[in-house]
Amino acid sequence: MEYGFTIAAYVVAAVLFILSLGGLSDQESAKRAVWYGIVGMALAVIATLLGPGSGLWLLSLLLIAIGGVVGWQLAQRVQMTQMPELVAAMHSLVGLAAVFVGFNAHVEIGRVAAAYNEANLAFPLAEAGTPVAAVISDIFRGFALVVAKKTGAEITILRAELFLGVFIGAITFTGSVIAYGKLAGRVDSAVKQLPGGHALNAGALALSVVCLIWYMATGGTLPLVLMALAALFVGYHLIMGIGGADMPVVVSMLNSYSGWAAAAIGFSLGNDLLIVVGALVGSSGAILSYIMCKAMNRQFISVILGGFGGASGPAMDIEGEMAATSSAAVSAALEEADSIIIVPGYGMAVAQAQSSVSELTRKLRAAGKTVRFGIHPVAGRLPGHMNVLLAEAKVPYDFVLEMDEINDDFPSTDVVMVIGSNDIVNPAAQDDPNSPIAGMPVLEVWKAKQVFVFKRGQGTGYSGVENPLFFKENTRMFYGDAKSSVDELLKSLP
Amino acid sequence: MTLIGTPKESAKGENRVAMTPQSARDLQALGFECMIQTGAGKAANFSDADYREAGVTVARSAAELWKQADVVAKVRPPTTAEAKKARSGQTVISFVYPSDNKKLLETAKTANSTLIAMDMVPRISRAQKMDALSSMANIAGYRAVIEAGNNFGRFFTGQVTAAGKVPPAKVLVIGAGVAGLAAIGTAQSLGAIVRAFDVRPEVAEQIESMGAEFLFLDFEESGSGEGGYAAPSSPEFRAKQLDLFSEQAPDIDIVITTALIPGRDAPVLWTRDMVDAMKRGSVIIDLAAERGGNCELTKKDEKVVTPSGVTIIGYTDFPSRMATQSSNLYATNIRHMMADLTPEKDGVIVHDMDDDVIRGATVAHAGEITYPPPKPKIEAIAKPQPKKTEPTPEEIKTREIAAQREAGLREIGMLAIGGVILLIIGMFAPVSFMQHLIVFALACFVGFQVIWNVSHALHTPLMAVTNAISSIIIVGALMQIGSGSWLVMILAALSVLMAGINIFGGFMVTRRMLAMFQKS
Repeated sequence: MEYGFTIAAYVVAAVLFILSLGGLSDQESAKRAVWYGIVGMALAVIATLLGPGSGLWLLSLLLIAIGGVVGWQLAQRVQMTQMPELVAAMHSLVGLAAVFVGFNAHVEIGRVAAAYNEANLAFPLAEAGTPVAAVISDIFRGFALVVAKKTGAEITILRAELFLGVFIGAITFTGSVIAYGKLAGRVDSAVKQLPGGHALNAGALALSVVCLIWYMATGGTLPLVLMALAALFVGYHLIMGIGGADMPVVVSMLNSYSGWAAAAIGFSLGNDLLIVVGALVGSSGAILSYIMCKAMNRQFISVILGGFGGASGPAMDIEGEMAATSSAAVSAALEEADSIIIVPGYGMAVAQAQSSVSELTRKLRAAGKTVRFGIHPVAGRLPGHMNVLLAEAKVPYDFVLEMDEINDDFPSTDVVMVIGSNDIVNPAAQDDPNSPIAGMPVLEVWKAKQVFVFKRGQGTGYSGVENPLFFKENTRMFYGDAKSSVDELLKSLP
Repeated sequence: MTLIGTPKESAKGENRVAMTPQSARDLQALGFECMIQTGAGKAANFSDADYREAGVTVARSAAELWKQADVVAKVRPPTTAEAKKARSGQTVISFVYPSDNKKLLETAKTANSTLIAMDMVPRISRAQKMDALSSMANIAGYRAVIEAGNNFGRFFTGQVTAAGKVPPAKVLVIGAGVAGLAAIGTAQSLGAIVRAFDVRPEVAEQIESMGAEFLFLDFEESGSGEGGYAAPSSPEFRAKQLDLFSEQAPDIDIVITTALIPGRDAPVLWTRDMVDAMKRGSVIIDLAAERGGNCELTKKDEKVVTPSGVTIIGYTDFPSRMATQSSNLYATNIRHMMADLTPEKDGVIVHDMDDDVIRGATVAHAGEITYPPPKPKIEAIAKPQPKKTEPTPEEIKTREIAAQREAGLREIGMLAIGGVILLIIGMFAPVSFMQHLIVFALACFVGFQVIWNVSHALHTPLMAVTNAISSIIIVGALMQIGSGSWLVMILAALSVLMAGINIFGGFMVTRRMLAMFQKS
């Protein structure tokens, strides 16, 4: 009876989780949808506590409470610019938890086998449905009892599943830790690899495969530990080799992995709720990675292996020169303009300029001008990063538009302000078939009447590609820190 | 310190001035000192006091100015008397028309002075800001329409009034250069029906962008010449062109002709017959009068009325008739030229003869005549790209069908492979595993369907919320925590703690983020 209740609660929880993800299709329903997720989670936890196999209620609740306080504090304190770090850090926790739970499953198998041995009974069972001897069922409860009922084939599958869960979890753990370090600036965000490069990763993967075969054959602890170490190394080394601007892909990939790890653990525990949620999260992360890669016109594999593809020929010559401008000229142009589009990038986040930009937007809109934002899918360090920053700065979301929604409007726009972005507005992606970023969809800002680029210095963007936009006749460069530039502009506007 | 001086224009009826108080301020920012002859700006409505306020020294006479200034900026070409005042090392900037004023170049050569011709600035993008011909032509085009309106007895725009219906005026603009386009824009904004013709087919798009109708001449010849100007056309072409105009003449109320070919007399495009064919009261403005006129009956600098009642205006001083505007633009052109001559902005002139723009505009320098200049390195106007053949609708359709079929085949292939793999697994795996696998496969499908609908703007909240719900792994840890083994209990307890952080942190931060998304 109790068991049936748990299953029923799981079904409800799974439905609630699906609704909570589905609600994110627009801003208003999303606010409601979070509650579905929260209720679903509460239901799942309570049902598990009530269900068979769990014990130590007090300890569990205490731990959840402690975790809750810590999590709450984190969530309240985090700056919106630090969201990518927070998300990466949280992925690492899920990964580590998956590793632990996987190891636990392994330990339980050992204990069950030992108990059978002691009672001089055969384990695993020869046939499914054989009643478990009372000696055994008296000792074990919950998960261990489930294990105790398994047949040989089931134990093999169980081992494969937990092996997979530990493997993915370990990669997620170190990968997320490194991604966190890179995003928080604690680890150099440049591409760094140990000598040997991807051969090392391949070696570690090969070792893991060997361990899998070894583990399946013997069920020993050593191959599992060895594999975990190898996977930890792969996670570390893989992400070390990926540069800062590819982080949107990396973070969504790790998001996906944390889901698959949960699903793998769900298989080994025979828990459908874990499987469902793991699959939901896994596919969500996979789709995000896919969208990010599409937005950079790159293969997922090439992003993960790091580095841009080399140029396939000499780059097109760039004609013209960069012309600098002043805040007075920019504000004069803004005063003249009727329609304005702002294209923010990671530079805006770094300079924390979003509230100044929001202030500027308010001022311009108060003067009766059309001001909109054009957001490239990979702007920033997290999918949707720019949207969150602008929302934080109280920019209403209904004039923050996606690339596809706004690209046709540039020719009829008077002034475009490019604030801290580079590759995502590079016309070479369309004009120069030899460019390393050729074919990447970009915001066609150069079609506007006038473009102002807010930029720290004359350097190239993440891809290392020279940006012909800066040399165009209708482009003016406004050098300086994005925040102080925008503040200066605010002062010179009436 | 380099001193830039501007004398009063000596030509009769010339109202423009080459320096305005604003341009003087800008020149001082470049490190120059400025001087102006008293009364030089009067005709353009700039008083000596305005100049003094802008920090300009006012010279009492032209002689004093020519003596002191290192650079003399003016509008009209220097007269013989003025040219003689130029001394060695002095720079004179003005319109020069070097092909007509060979003598002026000789004088400059003997005097060892530098002569920069504003009319010789090459027509490349970079030099647009100092292209005085264009800025003056723009004014001429505007003024031509105003002048036409002044002599035309009707409205430009059509109206239906209580006192009767007024038809709109029909304006024909011949030659869609800068002046022509300006005229089209002005006439259009006054409400007239505007038609325009040009021998260069590539300007059709510009004409249409101004809202005028391009009169298309079906003939296999492009009239484009070097530097974006028109080239002379063949007799056959000309005949066809005149046929077209004859057809238009009876219908048109106002004709504005701007057709010029560099270094030649203006082509006659509007013959006596056409003038006679026009309605009484029609107006012709001939902006090519300086070069003999596009209309056969044009008299330079005069307004004539034919016996048939058509007014023909051949003024050549349209820019001067709007002296304030044209002085402003011309002075800005001069200022840009000076800016290019002082790359360091320190008031020191560096006459870089390797620079396309400076080389092109300099007609006499260091005791030598440097006209004509070599061809500029950059093409004025990019060659029209060969047109890509547009695929026909049928081709697009067949291609789409093929793509659809391919996508369908791929989908079926993948489904088949997936199905086979599942079957193989099913043959070996135990039933309990297969049940979970079904749940897993269905959940993946649901996930893909749901996530595609998530708005791009909400991808960060999506990550935070998936993060929170992936902590569902807490369920696994809770199931294990009650195990008798200490190791299992500790690991499970740690997992519960971490998942707990994640659950609360993830949901809270998502809520915080979503609350920030506000509608305007």
